[in-house]
Parts: sequence; structure tokens; C-alpha cells
Amino acid sequence: MIKTDILIIGAGPTGLFTVFEAGLLKLKCHLIDALPQPGGQCSEIYPKKPIYDIPAYPEILAGDLTDKLLEQCKQFEPGFTLGERAETIEKQEDGSFIVTTNKGTKHQAPVVAIAGGLGSFEPRKPLIHNIADFEDKGVEYIIKDPEIYRNKRVVIAGGGDSALDWSIFLSDVASEVTLIHRRNEFRGHLDSVEKVQELKNQGKINLITPAEVTGIVGDSHVKGVVVSQAEHVPTDFKVECDHFIPLFGLSPKLGPIANWGLEIEKNAIKVNNALDYQTNIPGIFAVGDVNIYPGKLKLILCGFHEATLMCQAAYQIINPGKRYVLKYTTVSGVDGFDGTRKEAPKAVVKAIQ
Amino acid sequence: MEQDVNIKITDRDGITHEVLAPTDMAMNLMEVVRSYELAPEGTIGICGGMAMCASCQCYVNTDHHLPEMQDDEEAMLSEAFNVKDNSRLGCQIQITPEMEGLEVELAPET
Repeated sequence: MIKTDILIIGAGPTGLFTVFEAGLLKLKCHLIDALPQPGGQCSEIYPKKPIYDIPAYPEILAGDLTDKLLEQCKQFEPGFTLGERAETIEKQEDGSFIVTTNKGTKHQAPVVAIAGGLGSFEPRKPLIHNIADFEDKGVEYIIKDPEIYRNKRVVIAGGGDSALDWSIFLSDVASEVTLIHRRNEFRGHLDSVEKVQELKNQGKINLITPAEVTGIVGDSHVKGVVVSQAEHVPTDFKVECDHFIPLFGLSPKLGPIANWGLEIEKNAIKVNNALDYQTNIPGIFAVGDVNIYPGKLKLILCGFHEATLMCQAAYQIINPGKRYVLKYTTVSGVDGFDGTRKEAPKAVVKAIQ
Repeated sequence: MEQDVNIKITDRDGITHEVLAPTDMAMNLMEVVRSYELAPEGTIGICGGMAMCASCQCYVNTDHHLPEMQDDEEAMLSEAFNVKDNSRLGCQIQITPEMEGLEVELAPET
């Protein structure tokens, strides 16, 4: 059981800044995110895109914003449960909550802050009529353990970075790698595209383009895929394989959080914006893009503000009746949980002769 | 208002809405759909309009002269599902006076 003060669901910009604001109040945080890395959409969808409305940054790349937020909250030693989706929440007799992920990891905290953005990222599944019959029987939408492909024949479908990168990686692991994409052009980093070209020339990757997988063959396990290349080959043909890995990107879904008994409106969680961004369940807050209230704007900078106010309310729940006044970091510095201290340099008093 | 154009948008339930879209607010078709709430929030414009998610895919049913498809839109559509010859990403279609009478249909949510 992982125990913490504030359990944050979602490690995007709002979740990461919550760690900093909570740390100033000496509250410890742990974050859960379905993605394998922190940063949320900023890291997953548009790391190389510039953002122009972060205060004091005339321009910052989304990926760099994530790095800066991680650096800013580092001394408060946040814990991370990455690559797991928060699945269930149970209120305990002492008022705390236990949140369990899809992999069974349990977390306990008196305060839960949902900073879930548009939801957890789920793989987009291609529309192949019998694909559901082969899920976990040779069809995998996410590569968790590349070793299962050792000496196997693998077909990958998709035209983005993950399709390219995994084709490159698995060309050293699998006995045979076939990459199928609807067009001749790939949308990925230039060096990945060039590397695939090189491996294709060496005969280490079979490339079939423009083409589409339209069916799966097999009984209890994948034995091959049906490939349609209508413009070039009039009839569909079969490619024998042991695994089919469709990599068509991820799309966010509110997911299990929708069943936590929270008031939902327009795919977002209703909160009290007049006070503290608490949901209809005391002790559970929602901040950032995942919440809704009159006049809500889905902006990173609004998430930062919401997180800051929410932490004050969390302090009151965790330390009932304890006195506190807002302190300025310029005045009191920042004391990290790792023993570090940041503070303004003292003014020098020296006589002028 | 003279700057507004009339657009017909068929939502994912098959209901056609006739809407007025402003041409002076730098809006695109995806944003018009969101401003009239013709698709639930969180199911359209997920990437914010960067041609990176295809949640605003629509089928264009009139022969309007639309802005030419850029590489990123073409690449995204090549990875999207339910793509037809008349598929476009709504976020890449700016609302201009030439869009008067445009008729589009939202592609299914995936």
C-alpha cells in the first residue's frame, strides 16, 4: 500500500504543479498516470509544439514545460505510479480513500485530487471485424514486454512514431517484422523514417504500403492477417504471423473515474469553483481540464490556479483546525523534503567609506 | 450579420443543424461545432486543433473550394478510421465567406 497526503490522478501539468503547491504546505504527493511518462498531453500528443500563454514564458515547448514542472517539484519528492490507470476508489472509515489501479496497485490518502485532463489515454483500435476475438491472443495494442516477440513473426500496422520505433526495435528481437501502412509516407522523426528505410533495404523489415489489414486469421491464436492493397493487387492476400500489433495512437477517455459517483457534466467533473474545487464527494477534488464550472476555460494556467487553491483546502482536511497563513516563497524560501533549501540571498549591509 | 455564413452540420446522431458561423473570429469548423455543442465536449477537438487526433474528422458533402490539405492533415487522416474520399479534419477548415452553404457530416467517434 502506497500512502501519501494527496493522491493525484493524472501527471500532466496541473498534477505536477499540485506537487509543488502541496509541498509548500508540507504535504506529500503521489501521482498515478495511465501513460508511461509524466506530462500528460504535453508529452504524449504535442511535446514539440510551442505554447504561448504560460505566464512569463513568451514561448515554451510543451515537452520543455513538463521538464520545468518536474524540476520545480523535484525537491518535494513526488511518487509515481506510471503506466497504470486508476480504476476504483473506496472510502475508508477514517475518511481516507483507497485507490486501486488496473494492475492492482493500491494507494491510500486522505485527499484525492483528480487532475485527469481529458481522461486516461487508451489505444485506438482499428475497425477490423474480428479483432476483438484475438485480443491477448496475438493482438496487442500496446507493447508492454518486447521479449514476448522474441523469434516470433510480427506484423505492425500504423504510420506514426510508435509504429516506426517499434518496427526498428523489434527487427532485432522478432524473427520477422512486417510494417503495414495505408500510405507510402510516414509521419515520424526523420531519423526513424531513414532507419526503417535502411532496415528495409537490408531485408530486416518487410514494408507493405499502401495497404491495410482488413482481417485476422487464426483459431485460438493469431496465425496471420489479411492485407488489402486494392490499388496494386486486386485480391486480398494473407501475411502469416504470430502477433499483430496495431499502433494507431491513443485517445483519451474519462474511463473508470466516470463511475466513482462524482457529478459529471459534459464529460467533466463538476466542482465548487467559488471555494476550493471540491467535487460532490468531500475529500475528492478535481483540477485542470477534467473539471467544469460556470465560465471554465481549459487552459494550463487556469489549472495552476485551481491546484493552488485546492491545496489550501487539502491542508485543512489533513490538519484540521491548524493555523496557517499564506507565505511567499521570496520571503520564506522553499524547504524540500530531500533536505534542500532554496532561499533569497541575504542583503549585504556594508558601510561605504 | 453580414460576416456570418450559413453552414449545415449533421451530427453523429444524424441530426442536421443549420448554424451561423462568424468569419471574423479566426474560427475553424471544429470550433464552430464546439461552440454550438453539436458533439459532446471531450469527443471533438481533443488535440485542440493541431491536426493530431482526428476527433474532428468530417465528411464534406458540397463541392466548396476548401483550403488545400497540408501534410500533417493528410498524414493524420491516413491513420484515422472511417476515412472516406471526402474526409477532412474540421480544425483545418477556416471559416471564410467562401464557406457559405457548406454542408458537412461529423465522422463517428473512435
